[in-house]
Amino acid sequence: MAVGTTERGALTHPDVHRLDDVNRDVLKMLSTPGKGWWALFGMCLAGVGLFLGAWFYQIYRGIGVSGLMSPVGWGVYITTFVFWVGIAHSGTLISAILFLFRAPWRQSIYRAAEAMTVFAVMTAGLFPLIHVGRVWHAYWLIPYPNSRFLWPNFKSPLVWDVFAVTTYFTVSAVFFYLGTIPDVAAARDRATGLRRKLYSIISLGWQGTDQQWHHFGKAYIFLAALATPLVLSVHSVVSWDFAMSIVPGWHATIFAPYFVAGAIFSGVAMVITLTVPLRKVFGLEAYLTIKHFDAMAKLCLFTSLIVFYAYLSEFFLAWYSGEEIERSAFWNRLFGTYWWATWTMLVCNGFVPVMLWFKRVRHSIPALFVISIFVNIGMWFERYVIVVTSLHHEYEPFAWGIYRPSIVEMSIMVGSFFWFGFWFLLFTRLLPPIAIQELKEVLPPPMRKKKSDAEAHA
Amino acid sequence: MSTMTGILASYEYLDSTVDAIENLRKAGFKNVKAYAPYPEHHIEHALGYDQSPVRVFTLVGALTGTAAGFGFTSWTSVDWPLVVGGKPIISIPAFVPIAFEMTVLFGALATVIGLFILSKIPNVKPAVVYDPEFTAGRYGVYVEAEGARLEEARKIMNAEEPVEMREGAVDA
Repeated sequence: MAVGTTERGALTHPDVHRLDDVNRDVLKMLSTPGKGWWALFGMCLAGVGLFLGAWFYQIYRGIGVSGLMSPVGWGVYITTFVFWVGIAHSGTLISAILFLFRAPWRQSIYRAAEAMTVFAVMTAGLFPLIHVGRVWHAYWLIPYPNSRFLWPNFKSPLVWDVFAVTTYFTVSAVFFYLGTIPDVAAARDRATGLRRKLYSIISLGWQGTDQQWHHFGKAYIFLAALATPLVLSVHSVVSWDFAMSIVPGWHATIFAPYFVAGAIFSGVAMVITLTVPLRKVFGLEAYLTIKHFDAMAKLCLFTSLIVFYAYLSEFFLAWYSGEEIERSAFWNRLFGTYWWATWTMLVCNGFVPVMLWFKRVRHSIPALFVISIFVNIGMWFERYVIVVTSLHHEYEPFAWGIYRPSIVEMSIMVGSFFWFGFWFLLFTRLLPPIAIQELKEVLPPPMRKKKSDAEAHA
Repeated sequence: MSTMTGILASYEYLDSTVDAIENLRKAGFKNVKAYAPYPEHHIEHALGYDQSPVRVFTLVGALTGTAAGFGFTSWTSVDWPLVVGGKPIISIPAFVPIAFEMTVLFGALATVIGLFILSKIPNVKPAVVYDPEFTAGRYGVYVEAEGARLEEARKIMNAEEPVEMREGAVDA
């Protein structure tokens, strides 16, 4: 209470003054899209066509059209699955963990980050289905009372993963939806025609009464408190898909924290990649300030250090273990067939982010954008390195083999980015992409008398 | 048709709103309702809010989830006993991830159900006492009263210089 309400917002959003300015600036983003948006949207639709076309082709011809073959049974699909689950993580970090820590810079970016989470999990969730080939049997993953009284093996990390990812999708979608209700109500009150009807349905008749806000605030805290361990658990479970097996290069105890740090690293980079154009196109400089990007860059740098430390400790432990096969696996990573993938990963995730130590780089939006692209690429390759280089070079030399992704796999992988973009573009035009009510909460409230905070509620 | 009449005042300033609520409550008005464009703890404080019962929903939901997670995995393991990886039929450590995910899932869904019940959404009835400005930048205070009490409330609310005052009858 000692902190003056009159001072709030001055630090994070110095150029936003009045409460209804937020409505004006955010809701104008929901106006009729321009040519640029339609061009991007058209491109994404074409990409979705590629994605679905390649998938249908694979369903029609069978999984043989992919490059998956013994010994490499997990390839680009699993790599991309882990990549997208990882991307999702920083959205929850920003919306839930930073909420609990009361980080003052999260308000402007969290809605976009949370939308990114929901769409990324949606994208990720498709990949196991694509990967299993016979997608019409996908319901076997779900425990249901079938005629043979068979149940899934709950001791298997792959089944844990089904539970983790579906829970993550459900909870993050609910969390996202709940946060948008008051903002959609704000959009409803200013919309006409079909949009008004649509927003009325989405906002469920929200009025912003004291009673609603009271329960809303509490529910939001509990959801954040539940989402926080959830996000850590999901990527840990994903990492156990690997670590619980005895494949050299996978069987490591550091996998869970290593994966979680990597997930947040890639996710923050993706938030930067998405918010830079969003800020530019919609003129949101007053809301997404340099301070926000500076904070994201620092988070990126911090997680990059953890990830790089994990890389080094993996190599060190392989050497220090004295175990022939483990040593050979890691030597093969650096200098074997897939050396280019490993070095791309090391350069993009370990060396490029070093530039973020410099304030000038952190305060340069173009530089951050370029670095974030490098990180996105690097983190995709990290998963490729983990999945493919470990499988292609296991114990017995006669069982070694080379994996080449087929054109179908690459089309589906590339197409998934357009599928994600398709949803994200729709989101920027249909739902307020910046959290209106949370921003108002940190703005200085309008005061009639120049009274201090303490008097106001005495 | 209407059972109760009341007045709605919209304010531009937070301190006017809080003062109006406090003075109304001091004068003994029970049904004071406030509107705000964002969660404002000063208003909640003025209305004398306590803990929200949402937490009970969260707790019960989460515990149900834990029980369901362990219960279901154990029951299905016994239903078709199969030794996998040399582990016991009911191996609790392996079921922890499932039970954990179910805890979070049930807890989160119960929280949302609790929120919906307590804050009375979805609300399909058209709002009678409402101003679209409440989602923009204005605060609102609504009080239910009749006759002389209505005049008294009007005086208290007027003292804080509202932007607009409106008499509204709630058909409920």
